[in-house]
Amino acid sequence: METYTAMRQFADSWALLAMTLFFLGVVAFIFRPGAKKAADQAAAIPLKED
Amino acid sequence: MKYTFEMILLGVGAFLALVGAGFTQDRHFEAHMWVLFFVLLAGTIMLMRRIEFSPVSAGRAPPPPPQSEYFDEVVKYGVIATVFWGVVGFLVGVVVALQLAFPDLNIEPWFNFGRMRPLHTSAVIFAFGGNALIATSFYIVQRTSRARLFGGNLGWFVFWGYQLFIVMAATGYLLGITQSKEYAEPEWYVDLWLTIVWVAYLVAFLGTLLTRREPHIYVANWFYLAFIVTIAMLHIVNNLAVPVSFVGSKSYSAFAGVQDALTQWWYGHNAVGFFLTAGFLGMMYYFIPKQANRPVYSYRLSIIHFWSLIFMYIWAGPHHLHYTALPDWAQTLGMVFSVMLWMPSWGGMINGLMTLSGAWDKIRTDPIIRMMVMAVAFYGMATFEGPMMSIKTVNSLSHYTDWTIGHVHSGALGWNGLITFGAIYYLVPKLWNRERLYSVRMVNWHFWLATLGIVVYAAVMWVAGIQQGLMWREYDDQGFLVYSFAESVAAMVPYYVLRALGGALFLSGALLMAFNVTMTILGRQRDEAPIFGATPALKAAE
Repeated sequence: METYTAMRQFADSWALLAMTLFFLGVVAFIFRPGAKKAADQAAAIPLKED
Repeated sequence: MKYTFEMILLGVGAFLALVGAGFTQDRHFEAHMWVLFFVLLAGTIMLMRRIEFSPVSAGRAPPPPPQSEYFDEVVKYGVIATVFWGVVGFLVGVVVALQLAFPDLNIEPWFNFGRMRPLHTSAVIFAFGGNALIATSFYIVQRTSRARLFGGNLGWFVFWGYQLFIVMAATGYLLGITQSKEYAEPEWYVDLWLTIVWVAYLVAFLGTLLTRREPHIYVANWFYLAFIVTIAMLHIVNNLAVPVSFVGSKSYSAFAGVQDALTQWWYGHNAVGFFLTAGFLGMMYYFIPKQANRPVYSYRLSIIHFWSLIFMYIWAGPHHLHYTALPDWAQTLGMVFSVMLWMPSWGGMINGLMTLSGAWDKIRTDPIIRMMVMAVAFYGMATFEGPMMSIKTVNSLSHYTDWTIGHVHSGALGWNGLITFGAIYYLVPKLWNRERLYSVRMVNWHFWLATLGIVVYAAVMWVAGIQQGLMWREYDDQGFLVYSFAESVAAMVPYYVLRALGGALFLSGALLMAFNVTMTILGRQRDEAPIFGATPALKAAE
């Protein structure tokens, strides 16, 4: 198969699936139990002493 | 501090520039190399003057200056450079606006519109915006990592190397050297230099993150890192080119035809997405919480904002090539991703605005907060208008008209400009250890001059652009075009004059800022009544 066609087919199948799953994983990770506390701590970082 | 090695490098560089000027057949390149020679020579002499020739008695070197926890000296230089290039860039903008309104102002060959226009765009995006991004990223990454900037003097190299890039790009445009790619006009040797500077920037930034003492990497740094990495990738790929000669300014792109066009707009739109959006969002996520003295509204929303922005922006470029030779599926892909981008953009806008919830009174009492809020509001407006204009049917009216110019400026002046001004007003008293700015009332004046200028500019360009688009597509009942192109140009004159007025308002605000910042650095305080409704206790953000 021609390189372009092969890459193109890979890009709009497995690569697309992988990126979508990664993104959904990120979203799921953010809403995991206990994430709120960690997020509040992270949000306070800039407000600590300079 | 001695800079012997740096001085020798600069001297060798100056010599090589001289050799380049001597050997070339290309008179543009020759002129450009003379510019480079004098700039590097000036740098060499400045470093040479820092060397102390007094005898060091019995090996007793003078004690090294005390090292503060943070490397703020380079941030100070960056803030001054931002203000300076901002004024220069806005001034050139007003000049090119006047050139369009009054063509007699085109002075051949160096100062005609074709050469001044890239000077304006590069000065505001790369010189003003770039310096603002480098300075604020260095400031923020040190504080949110609680670590000194990585790499010792690497920060100085990034700062001065970037200024050299700006000078070479700007003088190149006026000399007529361009590779004709919008927002990527500099030729191959300037591109190579920027690549070196950019890698150093990445090392300094990433190194600071890796040596951080704070366990979590604050979200502002995510945005800055995405900006640095993506710009590196875009810059390298879009500028792949083969120079005709190593002592000549001309090069040919590695791509041809529609591939070249798509690569260019993949670069061009992501320059908007990652330079003018991601980087400046880093500013938003640090300076708004700092100035309001409240944590960001939702940290988790900021993470979603980050990932969705990163995943979607990269596909939006083809909307610059609607109804061209680009395959239809690619055009539609660009349009769909542009429309989807509306969601993360507004998520981020809401996050920035809601950070003030419970402290809305600060909009009334603190002009710096007001500036930042207006910046986020313009971010929201521009990121609504953009997806709308990327829809193919809308684009068939708006493309190639001044509507696009208006859209860009509501984003660039409103969002990038105002958030940067807010950051500068926050940073200057901090960096120079001043109790407050020279004048808070002047910030208020700056706010209104800038906002009014943007509103005039954007509104005028909407009317101009839609009128242009309608004139171009007007057919009579026999199928002939009603207007010649020149008629649509002539119809633009009043709008172009008003546009220059809007730009002049924005420039005058920036001049006030330059004065205010200068006086603050000099340690002056203007004797003035506090802003209405503000009690002195509320003024400081501590």
